[in-house]
Amino acid sequence: MSKLIDLQNITKAFDSNIVLDDMSLYIRENEFLTLLGPSGCGKTTTLRIIGGFESPDKGRVVFDGTDITAWPPNKRQLNTVFQKYALFPHMDIGENIAFGLRIKNKPKNYIQDKIKYALKLVNLDGYEKRMPDSLSGGQQQRIAIARAIVNEPKVLLLDEPLGALDLKLRQDMQYELIRLKNELGITFIYVTHDQEEALTMSDTIVVMNQGYIQQIGTPEMIYNEPENAFVADFIGDSNILDGIMIRDELVEILGARFACVDKGFGEHKPVDVVIRPEDVELTVPGSGTLQGVVSHVIFKGVHYEMEVMACGFEWLVQSTRMFPVGTQVGLSVDPFNIQIMNKPASEDEEAIGVNE
Amino acid sequence: MKKTLRSLYIALIFLFLYAPILTLIVLSFNASKTRAKWGGFTLNWYRSMFRNEAILQALSTTLLIALLSALIATVIGTVACISMQAMKRRNRAIIMGITNIPMLNADIVTGISLMLLFITLGFRFGFMTILLSHITFNIPYVILSVMPRMKQLNPSIYEAALDLGASHIRAFFKVVFPDILPGVLSGFLMAFTMSLDDFIITHFTKGPGVDTLSTKIYTEVKKGIKPEMYSLSTLIFVTVLLLLFLVNKTPAEQKKKKLQMQQQGGKL
Amino acid sequence: MNKKTLAFPYIFWAAAFIVIPLCMVLYYGVTDKTGAFTLENIVTMATAEHSKALLLSIELSLASTVICFLLAYPLAMMLTGMNVSTHSFIVLIFILPMWMNFLLRTLAWQTLLEKTGVINSILGFLHLPPLELINTPGAIILGMVYNFLPFMVLPLYNALAKIDKNVINAARDLGADSVQTFFRVTLPLSLPGIISGVTMVFIPALTTFVISTLLGGSKILLIGNVIEQEFTQTGNWHLGSGLSIVLMIFILVNMVAEAAFDKEGDGASL
Repeated sequence: MSKLIDLQNITKAFDSNIVLDDMSLYIRENEFLTLLGPSGCGKTTTLRIIGGFESPDKGRVVFDGTDITAWPPNKRQLNTVFQKYALFPHMDIGENIAFGLRIKNKPKNYIQDKIKYALKLVNLDGYEKRMPDSLSGGQQQRIAIARAIVNEPKVLLLDEPLGALDLKLRQDMQYELIRLKNELGITFIYVTHDQEEALTMSDTIVVMNQGYIQQIGTPEMIYNEPENAFVADFIGDSNILDGIMIRDELVEILGARFACVDKGFGEHKPVDVVIRPEDVELTVPGSGTLQGVVSHVIFKGVHYEMEVMACGFEWLVQSTRMFPVGTQVGLSVDPFNIQIMNKPASEDEEAIGVNE
Repeated sequence: MKKTLRSLYIALIFLFLYAPILTLIVLSFNASKTRAKWGGFTLNWYRSMFRNEAILQALSTTLLIALLSALIATVIGTVACISMQAMKRRNRAIIMGITNIPMLNADIVTGISLMLLFITLGFRFGFMTILLSHITFNIPYVILSVMPRMKQLNPSIYEAALDLGASHIRAFFKVVFPDILPGVLSGFLMAFTMSLDDFIITHFTKGPGVDTLSTKIYTEVKKGIKPEMYSLSTLIFVTVLLLLFLVNKTPAEQKKKKLQMQQQGGKL
Repeated sequence: MNKKTLAFPYIFWAAAFIVIPLCMVLYYGVTDKTGAFTLENIVTMATAEHSKALLLSIELSLASTVICFLLAYPLAMMLTGMNVSTHSFIVLIFILPMWMNFLLRTLAWQTLLEKTGVINSILGFLHLPPLELINTPGAIILGMVYNFLPFMVLPLYNALAKIDKNVINAARDLGADSVQTFFRVTLPLSLPGIISGVTMVFIPALTTFVISTLLGGSKILLIGNVIEQEFTQTGNWHLGSGLSIVLMIFILVNMVAEAAFDKEGDGASL
């Protein structure tokens, strides 16, 4: 697949506040790409630069081989679904959807067909004459999507489109969006701060923090092999520990040695170690690599979440088996489930990597 | 380029709005008695102003009416807003419609209608009739600036105060009133300003012997305005300017910073 | 205590000083001195003398409303583009001149417009011929625009500031250029502000008698002057009321338009 959008060395500052710093990123055709990060990480600014609502201070935006950095939004072959929908309040639903087509002077019956088609696509047939403010949030969201896609854009930009909806609706809309994407066969660029949303829908996730890209990869890669402590911490729950890489495939954590599968970190090098809570196995006392005591237990539905105090570190553990508070347990971790990461080289890099 | 044009346009509009005010300030220092000629700089008019009984009398009447009418209008208007919040939509709409009448109606019609009322009731035209008229056209300004605040108010905070043991009156003054206070204050200020600046309605509802600054100036138009009027209005204007500057200075700066921060947060 | 009873003082006040006085104007307008019913006071508007004053008033107030709108709309758009925190500052800047007396402010234009006034002095300095400025219909229009411009700017500014930036962005995103975006989105969405602004300029301009007295000399008679004279000089309240009823028809039309667009029931937005 070829590069459809290529962001080259983008820098953007508001006043003296640098939001994006020399960022480069490309998006392939037909990809569902998610920009994920906490608020203030630069994800929305990136989207607005692609949409043409902000112009970068430095760098280029290349679309399908053409430099479009200086193009106004109305000349770009992409459409946006805005946060809080931004439907035109003085037009009915039909007029809202027809807006882009009327601007392009499409024939009347073509427009009518398109409205019908788009409303069917978002499961809101017969809503042409309703006014936006008479619709629920979820319905307005679908109309915003319909309004964008009738223009047959090559790329659809979505700026936290599900942010204002309640949980159940949000989950339904996630499936809806995946279906839409497959039906339309176009590229989606999706902005969210919700890691679950990102993991569910994306082909590629770009994790961002403080204006820098932290990691680009498939949801599986991002979850299972986070490249640094920020990504590990932001995506899902995790135990992040200081460790020392004794040699290839052997790491020392809290004074105990764990077998692992990572190589090439050198010998006796300090590293960050990430272990997901579901990967910590609790056994009878005496067995396992570390010994600890259960300090908290919460029932979470699919599993129990426990905190286990071992060697001065409070481990987060998820297990379907419950160990009551006060139980002595042994902890062990499968070598494949230990993720080793380089420590940030300098303080500056640490600032980039870790938010807190 | 675009920015320069924009600034130029805004500057021109403000020049247009403030040129007459500048002219009046210059005239207040003009030694020549006629407006048309510059006769050198003088402070004489400021001195003689304080000895001019008629002008001082008009000034005190104007200020007294502005203060009283704004105060009474603020009380009646605010109380009405609290009550309207609890009303049915239709009743509220009717009252708001009536409230809009003095705002949208021509001043001359409001003026003559009140004049006819006072004649019919046999009121003696004077201070009282002016005051009643000013209260009447001031209440809408209060209501229109308190009502939006009232609507923004979260009804739960009043209930929360009751829940925590406060009486109705106490709950109102402790939690509701502080929230609508900015609206009440701006309504009062608006009412005070409108009363001070009114001529037309006063013109129809005043009696012989009572004058506000406006009506006094109007009677002077034919004979020629006394220069003391220029110095008096310059003094009023400068006082208000200084007061506003002092009041706005500190909180406005803080508010601005806070807003900027929020904005930046929203952009990212 | 019932909350609803708190409105009684105001309801009483509004009835006594807003509703009843207007009914009295209507009553006086359709009766003669003996109290008998007549339409003559209203029909008098059709006579040459009065209809000329009315037509001139309509002409001048329409002109000043259009000028106010054309001046205010770009200004309001520029102000909207500025920092949000300047909102109260903007309102203040337009209210501030009101602290200098309205009559004096208008009179100051005499000084600026006179034959030997400031503007003609500047023209003379530039060796340009002096202009006939004062005591013309043009001077009256200028006085109207000057006095009522803030009442056009503020509602427009409020309406424009309310428009969601992303709605404008959405129009651009869907392919509209800046001109199309303006006419299809910005302008229609600011309509409540336009109606409110037009009302707040047109009505006082139509009914003024002060501005024409101060800047128009004694030659130019507007309908406001006619009515004012009936009340304060001639003393024919019936005729004055009858003519006022005709003016109230204009006011009513404007109020209905205002109400139709004021969905939130906030009243005239200032």
